[in-house]
Amino acid sequence: MAHAIEFQNVTKRFRGSSRNAVDSINFTAEEGEFITILGSSGCGKTTLLKMINRLYEPDAGKIILFGEDIASLDPVKLRRRIGYVIQQIGLFPHITVGGNIAMVPALLKWEKEKIESRIDQLLTMAGLAPEEYKNRYPAQLSGGQQQRVGLARALAADPKIMLLDEPFGAIDSITRARLQQELLTLHQDMKKTFLFVTHDIEEAFTLGTRVIIMNEGHILQFDTPEQIILHPADEFVASLVESARAKERFWEKFK
Amino acid sequence: MYHQIIEYFQMNSQRYFTMLTDHLQISLCALLAAAALAVPAGFFCVRYSVLQKPVSAVFGILRIIPSLAILLLMLPVLGTGAVPAAIALILLAVPPILENTIAGLLEVPPFLLETAGAMGMTGTQIWVKVRFPLALPLILTGMKTAAVEIIASATLAARIGAGGLGDLIFTGIGLFRTDLLLIGGISVALLSLSAGIFFHLLEKIIFKYKRI
Repeated sequence: MAHAIEFQNVTKRFRGSSRNAVDSINFTAEEGEFITILGSSGCGKTTLLKMINRLYEPDAGKIILFGEDIASLDPVKLRRRIGYVIQQIGLFPHITVGGNIAMVPALLKWEKEKIESRIDQLLTMAGLAPEEYKNRYPAQLSGGQQQRVGLARALAADPKIMLLDEPFGAIDSITRARLQQELLTLHQDMKKTFLFVTHDIEEAFTLGTRVIIMNEGHILQFDTPEQIILHPADEFVASLVESARAKERFWEKFK
Repeated sequence: MYHQIIEYFQMNSQRYFTMLTDHLQISLCALLAAAALAVPAGFFCVRYSVLQKPVSAVFGILRIIPSLAILLLMLPVLGTGAVPAAIALILLAVPPILENTIAGLLEVPPFLLETAGAMGMTGTQIWVKVRFPLALPLILTGMKTAAVEIIASATLAARIGAGGLGDLIFTGIGLFRTDLLLIGGISVALLSLSAGIFFHLLEKIIFKYKRI
């Protein structure tokens, strides 16, 4: 069985930059894994993500999804098979919630009835009553509801791989905690591979079955949260874990 | 004065109506032609950004030339009548529509375009389904500005024999007839105003999503 995602010596350098944004990266992810990518801004985590749906093209190396080298695929067809969620949510403001969710199925020319029932199904799953929310415009929803729709839209055509780029970054912490739980439940219910970029260590460790820790274009460690906490690969990772502990001690004081 | 105006309408309602429709017709034609020119031009300016500066500059200069001057300069080239008048009005109307088309297309946030691409829209689909619809409010605002300018300037077109309500005003000036001046002037003003209101209502209807 082929790996869901495989990076082989992938390198990307942006024009005008003196160093590689992503520097000769290798890793594999299996189907059904929830992988979080943790790092501070500029570490290359978003670049890594955007190379998977070919928003960026690598300068060297290969990216293989389920045994297929993505460089050999039509980017448009590839993207329709990959869910994509971003921090700014990116719902189309001039299209209703239902229309936003229907976007990829419509591009894939599904039948109208199938699209309609899919919209209802996804809205229900997102905890938004279809008859009430379907015909609303994105601006009529709260930030949390918008990102629920954003997730539903990404899931619409049942992609095997979901790319999430700090999807809860702009959402208040109470709603974020709830969305994180919902996302976990969602992931458990379906056999999809999630790649979730975040700069929040707690988010990365709560959600990920395995965590990639990145710095300056390199992967420092790729392991389960437990292993990373118990056996940090280097000082950077150790200091990252320590910073999370320090935060926890701060809260402990008030118990 | 009041009686003179009433009397004018009693005697000349047929003629007034002809002038009104002429005025509207030439304005509408000029507006549609200007939009048909300016919107694609705006698209090309944004699509191929090298074009933007030269194209904007050319129309910027055209805009400075008074519309009456354009009308009269056209005279030896195109003669008299509705066609040269419409061309002058088109030149007048292109800049506001062009500028607003460019601004509207550039205003669409890059992350939305990227998301559209990441969902698997082709380049053309991104333009048709996302970028143009989101630029449309500003394009319509440009058309509103253009419509108001055209209706006002179409008055001058009477000078080169294009007809319209300008006839009434120029006759009024020639004969020292204040009543004719008033009828012509107020009609043009009302027409401009209605055009503004029309576009305002159009925006309200089309852009439901903006009123939330």
